[in-house]
Amino acid sequence: MKKHLPVILTGATIGVVALALVAFGNPANMGFCIACFLRDIAGSLKLQSAAPVQYFRPEIVGLLLGALVISLLKREFKPRGGSSPVTRFILGMVVVMGALVFLGCPLRMLLRLGGGDLNALVGLVGFAAGVGLGVLALNRGFSLKRAYAQTALEGAALPSLTAVLFLLTLIAPTLFAFSTDGPGAKHAAIWISLAGGLIVGGMAQRSRFCMAGGIRDGMIFKDFHLLWGSLSLLVVVVVGNLLMGKFKLGFADQPIAHTDGLWNFLGMALVGWGSVLLGGCPLRQTILAGEGNSDSAITLIGMVAGAAVSHNFGLASSASGATLNGKIAVGVGALILLAVTLINMNRKGANA
Amino acid sequence: MKTVDARGCACPEPVMMTREAMNEDPSHIEVLVSETCAVENITRFASHFGYAIQSKPEGEDTRLILTK
Repeated sequence: MKKHLPVILTGATIGVVALALVAFGNPANMGFCIACFLRDIAGSLKLQSAAPVQYFRPEIVGLLLGALVISLLKREFKPRGGSSPVTRFILGMVVVMGALVFLGCPLRMLLRLGGGDLNALVGLVGFAAGVGLGVLALNRGFSLKRAYAQTALEGAALPSLTAVLFLLTLIAPTLFAFSTDGPGAKHAAIWISLAGGLIVGGMAQRSRFCMAGGIRDGMIFKDFHLLWGSLSLLVVVVVGNLLMGKFKLGFADQPIAHTDGLWNFLGMALVGWGSVLLGGCPLRQTILAGEGNSDSAITLIGMVAGAAVSHNFGLASSASGATLNGKIAVGVGALILLAVTLINMNRKGANA
Repeated sequence: MKTVDARGCACPEPVMMTREAMNEDPSHIEVLVSETCAVENITRFASHFGYAIQSKPEGEDTRLILTK
């Protein structure tokens, strides 16, 4: 049990910070959501023009910088990259498109579940099924090939650029778009959001917390280490919501969610499959990008691009359900993941 | 003795490569890895199967020696 303690503490901390961020102003069940926050950042940078979802989320800045600082202190900051970057960019796009059909990344899926949103349970089943497809691929030798050492500039480029853009939003806010209404207008105070991100970023760096990794390692190795983190997160969020009277069990009228079960399932299946091909969920990709992994950095940029596409072309769902374009995008995304999977069965000595 | 070069491989490939090497020669496996999380994952996996684990820094990388 002792070896699970860091990841259990991280899960619990993410739960507490997420509840606090909602109490301080974030949208309901959205203390954290990597997909939604990157979507809001895309909006703030005017890469997408959906007025309700434009805000430069300081949580993302905090996650990147928290992971950067702790990895530097622990001598784990290692600039590396070159493992199929273009493929990873595209996988990032597909993952975020799936997440925005469901309306949340795997982390928000658990936060929604912890608020009593049963649509997230359907999403979780889909996510696990998607992870299962990724595991089948790994067992048959799937690999995006090795990453190699890079310069410090390459490793620190994305966290630094994000920090500079964040400072610019404070110094010259008129350069950016900010929602006046809708989810993008709901946020905790900037410094609270930043602090929340920093805490979670640092702890997730230490514990390697990953939503996809838990289910994946359980399936491949019967290793449930990372799942302890997800479980502790869920327990803390359920208890916290119950204590604050915010727990509402059911499918209908859940905040920033829809009840279209099939597309909740399929959207998250895409996220699970893509996350395993990438080597970790969107949160883990963010942390790795902070640690100097430029493959994860390019994945994050792909996610921002995917979020922009999702809103510019009407792929993202709304409270009324998935859109036709979103359904087509899930189908196309699945074909892309299938192609990436089949083309990259190249690891030597695999079981099959 | 079987040597595995898992440097630069993303999660969970280093552990899978180690497992494959264990199937070929269960008594002595050496794994070269570049990431701390791979060191942790392989250590957790190998200790579960009763291996003694030695870890030696090798430049920027780490060599894990698994024996039983």
